[in-house]
Amino acid sequence: MKISGPLVSARSLSKQFDDFVAVDGIDFEVRPGEVFGFLGPNGAGKSSTMRMIGCVSAATSGELRVLGLDPATEGPSIRARLGVVPQEDNLDTELSVVDNLTIYGRYFGLSRSVLRDRVAELLEFVQLTDRADSRVDPLSGGMKRRLTIARALVNEPDLILLDEPTTGLDPQARHLVWERLYQLKQQGVTQVLTTHYMDEAERLCDRLVVMDNGRIVDEGSPAALIERHVTREVVELRLSEAAENEAIVATMASAGHRTESLTDRVLIYADDGDALVAHLLAEGLHPVSVFVRRSTLEDVFLILTGRTLIEY
Amino acid sequence: MATDAVMRVVEREVLIYRRLWRGVVFSQFVSPSLYLLAMGVGLGGLISAAGNTVDGLSYLEFVAPGLMAATALQTATGESMWPVLAGFKWMGFYHGMAASPMRPTDVYVGNLVWIAIRLTASSLAFLIVATLLGAILSPWAVLAIPAAVLCAVSVAALLSAFSATQETDHSFPLVMRFLTLPMFLFSATFFPLSQLPAALRPLAWLSPLWHGVELCRDATTGTLSAGGWAAVAGHVGVLMAYTAIGFVWGSRAFTRRLAT
Repeated sequence: MKISGPLVSARSLSKQFDDFVAVDGIDFEVRPGEVFGFLGPNGAGKSSTMRMIGCVSAATSGELRVLGLDPATEGPSIRARLGVVPQEDNLDTELSVVDNLTIYGRYFGLSRSVLRDRVAELLEFVQLTDRADSRVDPLSGGMKRRLTIARALVNEPDLILLDEPTTGLDPQARHLVWERLYQLKQQGVTQVLTTHYMDEAERLCDRLVVMDNGRIVDEGSPAALIERHVTREVVELRLSEAAENEAIVATMASAGHRTESLTDRVLIYADDGDALVAHLLAEGLHPVSVFVRRSTLEDVFLILTGRTLIEY
Repeated sequence: MATDAVMRVVEREVLIYRRLWRGVVFSQFVSPSLYLLAMGVGLGGLISAAGNTVDGLSYLEFVAPGLMAATALQTATGESMWPVLAGFKWMGFYHGMAASPMRPTDVYVGNLVWIAIRLTASSLAFLIVATLLGAILSPWAVLAIPAAVLCAVSVAALLSAFSATQETDHSFPLVMRFLTLPMFLFSATFFPLSQLPAALRPLAWLSPLWHGVELCRDATTGTLSAGGWAAVAGHVGVLMAYTAIGFVWGSRAFTRRLAT
C-alpha cells in the first residue's frame, strides 16, 4: 500500500513523563523515499519521538500521523508496516540467528513458506549467511546490529525507524551498517534515524532536524544547515595559555569572525581557513597546533545551542 | 487480544523448547517421584503402619492430589517471575514483540497460555507417577489435570502481572518465602484444614492452592467433599475470579511497561 502524502507528520507533538517534558511541541514531516534524521545530544528527545512514531508510546499532546493513520487508534496496523531498529538490541538470545528472523516474521503473521526464502535473502543482505545457525550471544556488536536491521526488514516495511543505529560500534562495523542503510536508501526505502554523530547524519540524511531539550532548533539538508549557520571552513587553534585564547577570540570577533571557545581549543569560522592561518602567523601568533577543516553539523549544533553534540 | 498473536508468543516458546525438551520431559517425572516417594510412601508408610488414615484415606492417597496441585503452583510461580522480568529487562524480547502488530495484552496472555501448556504436561506426568504408586482411586482423576492447571494459572496470572511492575528481581525471593511457601504448606496439601486453629482457616480459604487441592482431591478419590457440587462450583469460581483479576492487572501492567 503506497500513500502519496508524507509518511510521518507531526504538529505540536509533545511527550511528557510526570513533570519531565521529553518532547516539547515539535513539527516535522517525513517524505516518501527520503532518509530523515533527528540530530541531537543524548536526552534531546530523539528516542521519545521515535517511540511515538513507532506506536509504542502515546503522544501527550499534539497531532501525529504515521503512514496516514492515527497511532492512538491504529497502532497495530501501523506497526505491521514499520521496521524498527531499537537503540538497545533486543534480539532473542535464546534463539539462533535464523530463528530470530523467522519468529519475528511470525509476529507479523507471515507464513513459514514465505519466511524461508525471505530470511535467507535477508541474511545474505546483512552478510550473516554463514552464521545462520549460530546463537546470538557470540556475535559481535556489529553483527548483532546487522541482524537487528535484517529483522526490521522481515515484514518489507514501508518505513524503517533506526534509533542510534551505530552507537557503540567500532569504525569498521559502522561502515558496514552505513553501507547497508545506503543500499536500502537506493532501493527507495524511507528511513527515519536518530543520531548524535554528525558524520552519520551528514553521510546518510537527506534532511534532518536538529533537536535540543525536546525542541527542534532548525531543519534542512546537511549542506543547507551548514551553509545557513557556519562558514565553509573552521580553523581550530590550540594556544599555550588561556589568556591567549581570550585575546585571539576578542581580536577575531572584532574582525567579524564567528568564534567558539572550548575548554581545550578555539574555533574560528572562516571561508578560507588557510588564508586566515597565514594571516595569524604573520601577525606573530605561535599556536601549539593549527588545524583547518571543513565545517560540519557539529559546528551547526555548537552555534545553535552553544554546546557540543557529544559531551566530553 | 488477538488469538493468532497470542499463539505466536507460544510459538516462540515452542521454538526454544525444541532444543530443551528431552531434559524437561525427564525432569517433569523427577520432582513428582521424589515428592510422592518421600511424603506418600516414606512418611505415609509410617502413618499407615500406626493404623491411621486421613479423612478415610491412606496418607499416600490423601497427599498425592495435594502435591499435584502444589507442584503445579511451584512451577507456575517460577515461570511467571524471572522469565517475565527477563522479557522486559534482561533480554528485552517483549519489547521486540511490542514493535510488531502484537498488543501488550497478547504478550501477557500468550505467556499465560504457554504456562498452561507446560502445566498440563507436568500435571499429566504427576498423575502417571501417582497412578503407578497406587495413589489414585478413581478414573475421575483425569479431571485433576485441569483443576491443577486452573489453580496454577490463577497464580501465574497474578504473579506475572506483579512481575511486570518490578524493576529488579529483589522482591521475587520474598514472594516465594512469604506467599508461595506458606500456601504450599498450609493449603490442606499435607494435612486437612481441620488441623489448623479455627482462626487461621479463613486464611486458607483465600489461598488459590486450597481451592485447587480440594478439586484435585475430589477427582483423584472420585468422591465429592462435604460441600458437594456447590463446593466444586465455588472452588472453580474463586480460581476463575483470581485469574480474571490477574488478567485485568496484567493487561494494564504489560501495557504500561511496553507502551508508554
